[in-house]
Amino acid sequence: MEEKIDHMTYLSDMEIIQSEIMDNVINCRDNYDENKYTDADVKYALQKDVLASEDFAALLSPVALNYLEEIAKRAKAETNKHFGNSISMFTPLYISNYCENYCVYCGFNCKNKISRSCLNAEEIENEMKAIAKTGLQEILILTGESRHKSDVKYIGEACKIARKYFKVVGIEVYPMNTDEYAYLHQCGVDYVTVFQETYNSEKYETLHLKGHKRIFPYRFNTQERALMGGMRGVGLAALLGLDDFRKDAFATGMHGYLLQKKYPHAEISFSCPRLRPIINNERINPRDVHERQLLQVICAYRIFMPFASITISTREREGFRNNIIKIAATKISAGVKVDIGSHNVENNKVKGDGQFEISDGRGVDEVYNAILKSGLQPVMSDYIYV
Amino acid sequence: MNNDKDKLIIGGHEFKSRFILGSGKYSLDLIKAAIENAGAEMITLALRRAAGGKVANILDYIPKNITLLPNTSGARNSEEAVRIARISRELGCGDFVKIEIIRDTKYLLPDNEQTIKATEILAKEGFVVMPYMYPDLNVARDLKNAGAAAIMPLGAPIGTNKGLCTKEFIKIIIDEVDLPVIVDAGIGRPSQACEAMEMGAAAVMANTAIATAGNVPKMAEAFKKAIESGRTAYLSGLGRILNEGSAASSPITGFLRD
Repeated sequence: MEEKIDHMTYLSDMEIIQSEIMDNVINCRDNYDENKYTDADVKYALQKDVLASEDFAALLSPVALNYLEEIAKRAKAETNKHFGNSISMFTPLYISNYCENYCVYCGFNCKNKISRSCLNAEEIENEMKAIAKTGLQEILILTGESRHKSDVKYIGEACKIARKYFKVVGIEVYPMNTDEYAYLHQCGVDYVTVFQETYNSEKYETLHLKGHKRIFPYRFNTQERALMGGMRGVGLAALLGLDDFRKDAFATGMHGYLLQKKYPHAEISFSCPRLRPIINNERINPRDVHERQLLQVICAYRIFMPFASITISTREREGFRNNIIKIAATKISAGVKVDIGSHNVENNKVKGDGQFEISDGRGVDEVYNAILKSGLQPVMSDYIYV
Repeated sequence: MNNDKDKLIIGGHEFKSRFILGSGKYSLDLIKAAIENAGAEMITLALRRAAGGKVANILDYIPKNITLLPNTSGARNSEEAVRIARISRELGCGDFVKIEIIRDTKYLLPDNEQTIKATEILAKEGFVVMPYMYPDLNVARDLKNAGAAAIMPLGAPIGTNKGLCTKEFIKIIIDEVDLPVIVDAGIGRPSQACEAMEMGAAAVMANTAIATAGNVPKMAEAFKKAIESGRTAYLSGLGRILNEGSAASSPITGFLRD
């Protein structure tokens, strides 16, 4: 058995920034007692104009599930007020699936014997050409977390190519230092997404056994480093269901809230991935994240931070996605292929396995039309890189 | 509700009263009664009026246990404000200073940009800086970063008694900036002071409304009660307002599965 390193101690190549946000968020999470909230607290939160963190906490509580319809209606009203009919579209592009982390729940983890690969510049360009043909103008570039197989230069080159075909380029790769984000910003990136997975550092330690990802605080401060490096926006999420999802959702919301407070110009974006409950499990676990609970979390994010972007993943089914964009989500992926090198169908060769299976395999046209049919407006880009 | 433990804290100093009284425009002999009836613990003072000389000195009419908040009125830019603040400290008026920088004699609107500069300089020199400002969120943030101990946005042009004309913008500052927000200028009636407190202002500063009232001590008392009442309402959490006609519509969560 290999010895595990201390997950709270920075490694020598990791930049340390001055920030109080992590302590603040952990403190909020530790003190969040989801069972203390009453019907009155939920009703009170719903009638307020601007919610305080306590109101957000109430909306995430178990008792608030009894008010899901009212919560959804308030969320819908907020979404409408801040986003109108606009729904942004994008697609993720996986350019490498090498990974040096050992995260026990993840398909990419370094102990998994999957087919690994890394697209070269020409392959990346071909994939992007194929995606651009669908009409999309925003792309999210993803890699597994391997600095060796996909170094910053490599990611930067991919982003430069992406800028030729897309108006908005985001990345979801391993956490980096401020100067590296500044470099990638020059290469055309303006959006950085990193998921904390769980904000319970003790639980985190038991799930992330190896690799840079094991270092909890470095990952936590990623969004701040990205903003310091000049990025326009940052995305964050907890993988709901890894630990107590209510506490993690509360921590995620507070993380976004405090980031926006400290960097008022920053655009904040939430994602809402979940571990699906095991169906037909005889024990009913109150911590399972079913669609009802997922909707509750998404709506609570929306009402607490009405101006934030919320992305809905293809890991949710078509019916859920079609409805959640009418209530709270404002960004949706389409034409998603999680295997490496699978967009350029003319080539017809998939080079590496995907991280997970998707539930909504609809192409860009199908999602585009579904959005229109809902009376909403698909938006391919609402930003000019400067 | 017992408000005894509810303290206003500015620059590390604790105050029970959330009513800051101005000392301008009074007949001097009415100031003491106004302060007593207002229950005020802090009173502003234009330094240019304090340096008495032969004639009656306003300082003689202010009880000694009251915290003085000297203001820089008369300053037209940050340099002048800084100079006035330093003189005020030299004269023994304490470390508190309210920055007022005005270069418009018609409306007396504050110059936000110069105010930020003066705040930064004076905060570094150890003053408890309370800047009077036009309610702009970006400026409020800059003032906080510059070291302000409180933010004093105006409700309406000074002396107009027009009330909370800038309500929405003050509300934004209250929501976003972690400093006591004191509504200053323009408050003409106790009901307006009460409204400011209901929405979460940390305190209200008023002068003209009291100094020009028919019965000065009585009006000071009316303001005191209104401010306390608004504070209690804020701490209690305002009740629900139901929208008329928001009757049942068809449910939107019927799509859920698993």
